[in-house]
Amino acid sequence: MKILIVDDFSTMRRIIKNLLRDLGFTNTDEADDGNTALPMLKSGKYDFLVTDWNMPGMSGFDLLKAVRADEELKNLPILMVTAEAKRDQIIAAAQAGVNGYVVKPFTAAVLKEKIEKIFERIQ
Amino acid sequence: MTDSNKNNQGLEPEVTEKLKQQTSELAESVEEGDYARAMSIINELSDVRDQSLYREVGRLTRSLHEAIRNFQIDARNAEQKEALSKMSDASDRLNYVVQMTGQAANRTMDLVENAMPLAHAMRDEAVELREEWLRLRRREMAPAEFRELYGRIDRFFTTLTADSDTLYQSLSEILLAQDFQDLTGQVIQKVTALVKEVEENLLSLVVMASHVDQLTGTIHEIEEKEESAEKGVGPQIKADEREDVVSGQDDVDDLLSSLGF
Repeated sequence: MKILIVDDFSTMRRIIKNLLRDLGFTNTDEADDGNTALPMLKSGKYDFLVTDWNMPGMSGFDLLKAVRADEELKNLPILMVTAEAKRDQIIAAAQAGVNGYVVKPFTAAVLKEKIEKIFERIQ
Repeated sequence: MTDSNKNNQGLEPEVTEKLKQQTSELAESVEEGDYARAMSIINELSDVRDQSLYREVGRLTRSLHEAIRNFQIDARNAEQKEALSKMSDASDRLNYVVQMTGQAANRTMDLVENAMPLAHAMRDEAVELREEWLRLRRREMAPAEFRELYGRIDRFFTTLTADSDTLYQSLSEILLAQDFQDLTGQVIQKVTALVKEVEENLLSLVVMASHVDQLTGTIHEIEEKEESAEKGVGPQIKADEREDVVSGQDDVDDLLSSLGF
């Protein structure tokens, strides 16, 4: 299971990386916005994407739409982990095809629950 | 601004008095067919307007100077401007907050990442030793194995002492790493005070400028810019008081399940 973590703050990437490692996912890479993430996703054979929303350059929402529009990537499960908390935004993300939505600040238990739920649904 | 001020649209009482007087004189001269006099009154009227305009522009300029002085921006040379500017100081201060919080977060995570394997190793060794210990109690252990266990328990106690010291040390360093809150809190409070001050100064400038607008009859069309949620707007402050914002993960889950997730 290869996971890409996209967030513009290195501390947040580190926290998510640590939590994922505790859940048994040790094969993770990091990117700091959509523009860096997209080429990595296209060449890297990732199984799962965890992304923030608000980032300089390409936002997580644009990344979500770009992934869903890409023939090769469109089935990649995506979990959004973000401080964006407007109802409209959550609805927009759901309509754009996000698989899970976690609002910051979050707990390890919530992250675990959402990731497990996504994998349950895929299998 | 008082009511009479509002009615006079920021004009001085003597100006409005003069306006009234000259308008009636103007009406009279037109009525009487004295067009030369009417024209000269129109000229006088526009002089009155120009004079009040100059006065307001003068006032606006003084306020602008005052505001710039309040920001302590000395524009004589670029270097001084940089050094004296409270604004650039404020952004330096905020950068300092970002730096301090980043450092504290990384320091804490370093310590946690070092401590976690120790805790894991302790637990794993304790589990294995307990299994061996139970075998011993069930008398399933050969004397050679017992001697091995004997040494292993001894080593375990030694490592346990050292590792719990390290853990304790890490925990107390994590505690210390939270001292940024005090420093960054003070800095943020100072910057908040500056922002308030700047807002007040800007507000009085806006009021001054609106006087000039009233005198010249200028109307500004200000386009309302809507914040694009697609780009992301960051954390929501006062989320509990707002209808359009979720208050936590439970709210998100409810919303998503209402959408059939």
